[in-house]
Amino acid sequence: MLIELKKVEKVYKVGAVEVPALRGIDLKIEANEYLAIMGPSGSGKSTLMNILGCLDTPTKGSYIFAGREVANLTDDELAQIRNRKIGFVFQTFNLLPRATALHNVELPLIYSGVPASERVRRAAEALESVGLGDRLNHRPNELSGGQRQRVALARALVNRPSIILADEPTGNLDSKTGAEIMELFKKLHQEGNTIVLVTHEEYIAQYSQRRLKLLDGRVQDDIHLEESR
Amino acid sequence: MEIRENIFQALQALKAHKLRSFLTTLGIVIGVTTVITMLSLIQGMNRSVQGQIRSLGSNTFYIQKFPAIRMGRLGEKYRKRKDLTIEDAQAIARLCPAVKKASAYAQEFPVRAKYKGEKTPYISLIGGTPEFLELHQYSLERGRSLTPLDVQHRRAVVVLGADITEDLFPHLDPIGQQVLIKGHRFTVVGTLEPKGNFLGESMDDFVITPITTLMKFYGKRRRSVTIVVEPVSVEATQLAIDQATQVLRRRRGVPYDQPNDFEIMTLDMLMDVYKKLTGSVFGAMVGIAGISLLVGGIGIMNIMLVSVTERTREIGIRKAIGAKRSDILYQFLIEAVTLSGLGGILGIGLGVGIGELVGAISPLPATIPIWSIILGFTFSAAVGIFFGIYPASKAAKLNPIAALRYE
Amino acid sequence: MNFRELWEGVRMAIGSLWMHKVRALLTILGVIIGVMTVITIISLIQGLNRAVSQQVAGLGANVFYLQKYPWFAGRDWFEYRNRKNLTLEDAQAIAQLCPSVKNIAPVLYSGKVIKYKDRSTERVGIWATTPSYQEVRNTTVERGRFFTQTELNHRRQVCIIGRTIVQGLFKDEEPLGSYIRIGGRKFRVVGVQEKKGSMFGNDMDAAVIIPITTFRKLFGTHRSVTILVEAKSGLFEQAKDEVTSLMRRRRQVPPKKPNDFAINTQDTIMNVYKNLTRILFLVMVGISSISLLVGGIGIMNIMLVSVTERTREIGIRKAIGAERKDILLQFLIEALILSGIGGIIGLGLGGGVGKLISAVTPLKATTPLWSIILALGFSSAVGLCFGIWPAAKAARLNPITALRYE
Repeated sequence: MLIELKKVEKVYKVGAVEVPALRGIDLKIEANEYLAIMGPSGSGKSTLMNILGCLDTPTKGSYIFAGREVANLTDDELAQIRNRKIGFVFQTFNLLPRATALHNVELPLIYSGVPASERVRRAAEALESVGLGDRLNHRPNELSGGQRQRVALARALVNRPSIILADEPTGNLDSKTGAEIMELFKKLHQEGNTIVLVTHEEYIAQYSQRRLKLLDGRVQDDIHLEESR
Repeated sequence: MEIRENIFQALQALKAHKLRSFLTTLGIVIGVTTVITMLSLIQGMNRSVQGQIRSLGSNTFYIQKFPAIRMGRLGEKYRKRKDLTIEDAQAIARLCPAVKKASAYAQEFPVRAKYKGEKTPYISLIGGTPEFLELHQYSLERGRSLTPLDVQHRRAVVVLGADITEDLFPHLDPIGQQVLIKGHRFTVVGTLEPKGNFLGESMDDFVITPITTLMKFYGKRRRSVTIVVEPVSVEATQLAIDQATQVLRRRRGVPYDQPNDFEIMTLDMLMDVYKKLTGSVFGAMVGIAGISLLVGGIGIMNIMLVSVTERTREIGIRKAIGAKRSDILYQFLIEAVTLSGLGGILGIGLGVGIGELVGAISPLPATIPIWSIILGFTFSAAVGIFFGIYPASKAAKLNPIAALRYE
Repeated sequence: MNFRELWEGVRMAIGSLWMHKVRALLTILGVIIGVMTVITIISLIQGLNRAVSQQVAGLGANVFYLQKYPWFAGRDWFEYRNRKNLTLEDAQAIAQLCPSVKNIAPVLYSGKVIKYKDRSTERVGIWATTPSYQEVRNTTVERGRFFTQTELNHRRQVCIIGRTIVQGLFKDEEPLGSYIRIGGRKFRVVGVQEKKGSMFGNDMDAAVIIPITTFRKLFGTHRSVTILVEAKSGLFEQAKDEVTSLMRRRRQVPPKKPNDFAINTQDTIMNVYKNLTRILFLVMVGISSISLLVGGIGIMNIMLVSVTERTREIGIRKAIGAERKDILLQFLIEALILSGIGGIIGLGLGGGVGKLISAVTPLKATTPLWSIILALGFSSAVGLCFGIWPAAKAARLNPITALRYE
């Protein structure tokens, strides 16, 4: 069992008002699953994503990641898990604008203390694996949207994480480029990676094996598909 | 666009980044505070020295054999000079229409005054005339002053300075008592009100007797008198100096092609000497204090540049809807001047406060000259304009299309 | 924290500073001006102190002056007038009875007019002494010779004259062997003293040295003798003690009474000088460091701006695993680089301004090592102090809000 959530609740405080975002989520994710989290806006999928990604901790309930309770970890312990176990892909890419593709991919390695020469080698490998071996020294603004997202994917992969979390990875891309990126995810899944994807688009979700539908902070539906497309 | 609208916008922009504006202003505040504090302390010091010099007598001048302030050893030409005499003083009083009073005094120094068991430290015994105390603005506490008859009859009478009264007669009325000074007995006829200190020296540690008495008891030889001259009016000061000079040159037989063989010293000269001594040190201090204002100005420039960069899109939008270059220029310039002007006002307040505080808890007096306040404000506003002009013109020159596209 | 992380931090910091060159430059400029001002002021003060102590050192390092009056007695001078004079016998007794004393030279001083043919000087200093004066004052003649013990014993009217007097009276004539009149008495010039320069504005070369015996014969014996005492090396304090107790005995000072003579040393002058100037100097350095403070505020402000601008970047870094200390370090290193560079350049410029002032004015600047260390330490401290808050602010940012920041 890679991930286990038990009765996870999350309440945001807006001034004096308490806004519940998650109202008790139970969820198990096995290694090498390909899960899509779906739901309308305000359903809590981003909150769930943040908690899964150790960017945030639940208000109540338990979250066990690779056998470890993360609900009570400090900021820095969470940071270490994000660094070594989790790879993020964002809708808006979130690359450092003034750093080269190579440097962007190197970043997680810097924070895990990998020596410079090894870092460059691994970052270059990661970029090559997403098909950007010839764009190492380009800056984000010199790359197309699809290429930027590939850089972000390389960055997510470079530390060999246990799980890749993707938040609307195709949201800012045209459908052709989006499809290319989804093929890349498919390939990564076939190579044995665990992938969790947040999307509100049905055709994107169709790439996954399992669909988790959220509504008002609760799991509305959890569908396992044996075959992915 | 109207100035008022500009200022309103500037204040809005500054409010949007409160912390940043605060820190930028703080730099100017510190600079202006330092400058104003320094200025007010220096000014206070000058004022008090000036006041004390004035209290030596308003527009009197002094005639002496040797220069009052000299560096090193006196040259031969000075040493051969003739002594000034009581008669010289009388001649000046008689012959110069612009002179109201002229009086001679001499001193015997150091002496100790004794009364029964009590003894003063070393003080000076001044031989003067009735005018001396008036000219130096001493006022009588008890008894009487010297009289022309005292001088004429060379009476052994003294008037005591406040320090001396305190030393010898702490509990006793000194009038009519006899004090012993350097082998001679003197009858105390009056005592003076204290006048306080001048540059750390007491002005009350002397006794005064008629100059004729001094000459009788301690000899005339090698005793050049100092002549104190009071002109008939402030305007007549220079005339009085000229007339006195002529009288003395004639009496001392100075050939027309030779310089004076005596020295005339006015209080302005004394003030000049003080200013010369302290001016460069004070100048350096204010200058160094001003450097922090410069650094504060650089801070303004830096923050304004940041502000221009951040608001590139805003500038683009403004330009797109028709703002002229000058509108943008003024907008940012006014922002910079608001920052520095605010700093200036706060700095002046703080500087005045610190000056007052130092004045209250230390012997340094502080005076805040109005010009320093105006200067402080103008200077800080000028800092704003100077350091704001570059960022503002950079903003004004932005291309609207590029600015709108800016991320 | 290991070296690699630190190096990474430095690289990243330089990278992001490079992105905003003008901004970094202006921020550094503030620190430069601050450090430059402090260093210039310290250099000038230090130079002045150095010049004063060099002039004072002319008195002789291991020498003290046994005199009737203390230096800088001020008004108290009159209190000491009734003291007994010091005598040549006192000098002899010291030479014989104080084992820590290496050498002594009794000196009488007077100002006299000197004449040669129809020319004359203003009053110049006449130093009447013994041949041992040469060793005690570490002075020598540049031409001719000093007077001898025999000339001293026989009260000969011979003299050694200073350069100023040579220039004033002799022009191109040969002074050695000529006769001059000192205070109306005829003296033969046997030597010209080496150049001494000036001390506190007094020309030390406008001086004449004659045998002390001759002085007493011609100008009277009523003056108190100044006794220059040179201690054996390392025995300065001991020599002072020996001389003090000997003099108390000779002058019969009762045990509880204070000395009725004065021992003056270089320190006497230095202490007075330091007392006079210390507060002024402190104020100067204090005021000049205010600009460094303002420069520090500039750093803080720019770092805060930088943190705000880079909120998203911080979010990204945190999302991919940067810990608090990583972020803290990154911004702190940036602040330190700003202030450090400012410190180094300011130091160089400050030294330069000091040199320049030395070149164009009589003030001599010296930049002491401690001031360099102080400036660098101080500017780094400024970077640290004013950088820590923005850095901590950055480190505390919540990654989710940071990522959403527009």
